[in-house]
Amino acid sequence: MSLAIAAPKPGIFTRLRLKVPFLIAVAIVWLLIIVFVAVFADVIRPYPISQMNLAHRLAPMGTPGYWLGTDELGRDVLSRLIQSIRVSLVIAFGATILSAVFGTALGFLAAQFRGWVEHVVVAMADFQAALPFMIMSLAVLAFFGSSMVLLVCLMGFYGWERYARIARGLAISASAQGYASAVVQLGAKPSRVYLRHILPNVASTLIVSMTLTFPEVILMESGLSFLGLGVQPPESSLGNMVGFGREYLTRAPWIMLAPSLVIVMTTLSISLLGDWLRDRLDPTIR
Amino acid sequence: MPKFILAKLARAFLTIMMVMTFAFIVLRLSGDPAQVLLGPDAPLDAVIAFRERWGLNDPIWKQYLAYLTQIMRLDFGVSMRSQTPAINLVLERVPATLALTIPALILKLGIGIPAGVYAALHRGSLADRGVIMLSIFGFTIPSFVLGLVLVLIFAVSLTWLPSGGQDTYWHAVLPIITLSIGGIGILARFSRSAMIEVLGQPYIRTAMSKGLPWRDVVWKHALPNAAVPIVTLVGFMVGALIAGAVVVESIFAWPGVGRLIVISVANRDLAVVQALLLVIAASMVIANLLVDVAYGLLDPRLRSKRAAH
Repeated sequence: MSLAIAAPKPGIFTRLRLKVPFLIAVAIVWLLIIVFVAVFADVIRPYPISQMNLAHRLAPMGTPGYWLGTDELGRDVLSRLIQSIRVSLVIAFGATILSAVFGTALGFLAAQFRGWVEHVVVAMADFQAALPFMIMSLAVLAFFGSSMVLLVCLMGFYGWERYARIARGLAISASAQGYASAVVQLGAKPSRVYLRHILPNVASTLIVSMTLTFPEVILMESGLSFLGLGVQPPESSLGNMVGFGREYLTRAPWIMLAPSLVIVMTTLSISLLGDWLRDRLDPTIR
Repeated sequence: MPKFILAKLARAFLTIMMVMTFAFIVLRLSGDPAQVLLGPDAPLDAVIAFRERWGLNDPIWKQYLAYLTQIMRLDFGVSMRSQTPAINLVLERVPATLALTIPALILKLGIGIPAGVYAALHRGSLADRGVIMLSIFGFTIPSFVLGLVLVLIFAVSLTWLPSGGQDTYWHAVLPIITLSIGGIGILARFSRSAMIEVLGQPYIRTAMSKGLPWRDVVWKHALPNAAVPIVTLVGFMVGALIAGAVVVESIFAWPGVGRLIVISVANRDLAVVQALLLVIAASMVIANLLVDVAYGLLDPRLRSKRAAH
């Protein structure tokens, strides 16, 4: 974060506290913790995720050495949770960026060429709307089997139509403004106009809509993994942990509760943060 | 028939065609359809007969046409698990799913919209804040977490309700609650913002300043206008009646369409997956059509705009 860089004036923290509501601050802190855990998962994980300790099977929360308990094979829940956070976050990040790039590119293409290109993009969006995303992913997974790369690519299609719609609309209105046509008059190629001039101007809106997609991707991936069709063992993701923990719901609810709490807290934090950003940065989209 | 409905029908047909084409392409990409649809240990003569019947030795465009005519006759092939026609398997599961999703839809509409409208009319009050907070929680909690927590509380700890299965009416209570909570949150939030936007419009000020009672302003001027965006969302929910309970049916071992999807995907029973794809896409497209017609009825402006379009 750039908090420490610009601190010559005394009141930076006071000003931040006045500007950022308490709930948003909590959300930011939680997200920072989650990102930290995901980045340094290998270092802070107390045990390897598949290390079993059959003497300590289904140990409850608070057992010394296994603060979040152990699962049915005596594997440390905390270690698995840390690894799962990393896997789920990598998938969600990868997918969000893929869909933003893909959707924005299609939106710009539709805005540049209009005509049949636009019709094709609209027809694709119709197709996406006709098939619930979960059903489409399930079908693809049924045909191809599940793998990590396929999962990220699949999730990368999530929400592209939202970016396409926004990018198209913004690009059309931008080309009506002076700056875009000025660059065109100067002889810039369309690629330069879109990437160097229009994109920076519409980036804030696109970033805000990424905060909408991100939690939805997390929920989608954890839903698929919960059903046993997403991330496959021995790899582990948050949804996958809940799915397996469900078998031990009565005897060892902690296996399922810890990842559930992380999912809820994370999606809640991003939604709150996104809402707040939206109100501050961009009043035009709701 | 009005022109805009015809245009929508053509669009709907095109969309269904695209879904079928998607299934065709994905099926061809994933390997020999005969092997895939009949299963790995199908006898050789069955594979040959299948290839003959589906014309798999023909050029690809001929195969595509043959595939389309096959689908038009609702022939999706035979489930390799139960050896019955795939489409029958799908259709016989539909009532069980609707038994969950229709009551859930009624709850969503009956609680979500009034809560959102109430919050908008009492903006800034304690009730408003409560509705906002609850609705954010409602749609950020994934249904599998919510379902399992409800099971933990009401089935495991309190033992008031059964945790899974489909034997009595009581078995439907937890799945219906789990299904509806997220939708209630989304609808409440959405109707609140739609209502707030409408209440800021000049015609509301006009209605108030000409001395109409507040009740009439709300019921006759604000609500009908706020209904237009809400209908879109409700349309999505109607479209999701068949496919929207995948996770919940899995949690509560409810033998509906969603359970069938998960089982056939896990078993790679592709004939069934294909039939499911088409049934679900058709239900979504029909729901979208109904929404468009409802728009026309609710908002004459849209009707003329679309006819001109």
